[in-house]
Amino acid sequence: MTNYIIRRLLYLIPVIFGVSFIIFILFNVVAGDPAPLLLGKHATAQQIHDLREQLGLNKPLFAQYMDVVRSSFTLDFGRSWATRQDIYDMIRQGAWPSLTLTIPAFAISTIVSVLLSLVVAFYRGKGIDLFIRFLCIAGMSISSVAYILFFQYFLAYKMGWFEISGYEPEFPQFLSYVALPGIIWIVLSLGPDVRFFRTVILDEIYQDYVRTARAKGLGEITVLLKHVLRNAMIPIITYVVIQIPFLILGALLLESFFSIPGLGGITLNALNSSDFPVIKAMAVLSSIAYILFSLLTDVLYTLADPRVKLK
Amino acid sequence: MQDQDTKSLWGDAFSRLVRDRWALISLIIVLAYSLIALLASFGVGVPDWKTSMGAEYLPPGGSLWLGTDLFGRDVFAKVIHGTKIAMSVGLVTSLIAIPIGVVIGALAGYFGGWIDDIISWFITTFSSIPNIMLLISITLILGKGLTSVYLALGMTGWVGLARLIRGEVMKHKEREYVQAAGAIGGGHLRKLFIHILPNVTHLVIINTSLQFQTAIKSEVILSYLGLGVQGEPSWGTMIDDARMELARGVWWQLAGATVAMFIVVLAFNILGDALRDALDPKLKGK
Repeated sequence: MTNYIIRRLLYLIPVIFGVSFIIFILFNVVAGDPAPLLLGKHATAQQIHDLREQLGLNKPLFAQYMDVVRSSFTLDFGRSWATRQDIYDMIRQGAWPSLTLTIPAFAISTIVSVLLSLVVAFYRGKGIDLFIRFLCIAGMSISSVAYILFFQYFLAYKMGWFEISGYEPEFPQFLSYVALPGIIWIVLSLGPDVRFFRTVILDEIYQDYVRTARAKGLGEITVLLKHVLRNAMIPIITYVVIQIPFLILGALLLESFFSIPGLGGITLNALNSSDFPVIKAMAVLSSIAYILFSLLTDVLYTLADPRVKLK
Repeated sequence: MQDQDTKSLWGDAFSRLVRDRWALISLIIVLAYSLIALLASFGVGVPDWKTSMGAEYLPPGGSLWLGTDLFGRDVFAKVIHGTKIAMSVGLVTSLIAIPIGVVIGALAGYFGGWIDDIISWFITTFSSIPNIMLLISITLILGKGLTSVYLALGMTGWVGLARLIRGEVMKHKEREYVQAAGAIGGGHLRKLFIHILPNVTHLVIINTSLQFQTAIKSEVILSYLGLGVQGEPSWGTMIDDARMELARGVWWQLAGATVAMFIVVLAFNILGDALRDALDPKLKGK
């Protein structure tokens, strides 16, 4: 297992190369010159030249790529081009608002979906099952933007139950700001989650060991919770854990809509202003998180199912 | 002989599909939307969205089923035009993403070895960057507009299919019929494209239905962020307009675009499930 983990960690190297290459191609080769954009409309040719010199944009492309690779491996991303802020300071400030929104919402939606899918599996083929399945598909067919607009208008503006937008970092206060975007997150996740978990659970429910468990007189609920759920754990773990790295980036749409100053909003601003170092930092950090968390799922497999050996 | 067998397989799947009432209704809805989109692209038999039909923000009623927008334009006509945009986004991105996904996945699965290593590395790299970030980056870099939306969605949409096809081709390449094809002198390309690929076509069809609805939903998000269609209505720009309108009690643009999108995405969802049941032999009898 140690060998496996080391090999997977070494895989980070080609992936970071790949991510920096994609980002580099997109922003340094395909995209136009960021200097005029950063300086605004009234920049002189001299100013543009100086800024290009300062940002290292006058070097040959290969040298520029090596700069990108170097900063990706040392995780030294420097300062934002747009705000001149240190990028790690920006991330430190953005992480808290993002995580206060995404982690509770993610935890609640996962727990509710697993419970709901167990209920649906218990009543499989019956009215409740059909009804919840239809709700899931119907819920997934509505645009996330429409949810955001409608919930914000109706629950916050009309009913006044929640703050319309904004954020305060102190403990009890932030709840009133993240509650509504959190609810929207949960509503958006329930459909796909319940559908996936239901399929996974039903895949197990027709197995022989389930019949054996019933035959020895166990109740349906015990069978579901002690036998089926345990065996359905591997796909559920994969599905859940692999979403975590993307929680760190925050909920881009929700944050920008509810004016939450999180990482999603920072990323969106960076994209809009061609703030290359910030985009690079977000892409590289999230791909490192992605690799680490997919490694974590593999390790969790061995805990969920002792037969799994990592080689 | 072989031809007949193929026909009966697809014929069987088709009859199973239409026997399912909901799948049939969904298929009809999808065809109807396609027809509307086609008519709208030729400007035949569809209402005109460009000219002002009356005062601003007229509520629904009379001949204006969905009222008017800020410029007095017919919201229903905008919904129809949005249908054209949405269906074209679904079609074009599928045409880009699906061939890429099939070829890349098939090559990796069939040849294995260093080809598979490189392609798997590429797939992992691609999936490790958050999708929405890639989408926004590509659209911004290529310049706002419909062409960029096509390209961005097409260039990011192939990953899931490639992974799926890779796994399936891997299973198939050891099967006897492929060995037989090799024994009578079939080369790699012949074995892969003539023999194996037809056996994974069902995955492509199921995936197309998924690709279509993902594309339609993503177009709405990109247009809402101001990156999509410029200068003509789409469901996304209509929902974006609704941001300012809701506080004034103008709900019909949001409702029109949301309901139009809801119906077709729901139809694609149900159709996708039904296609899976009809085409995936593993699920037979379940």
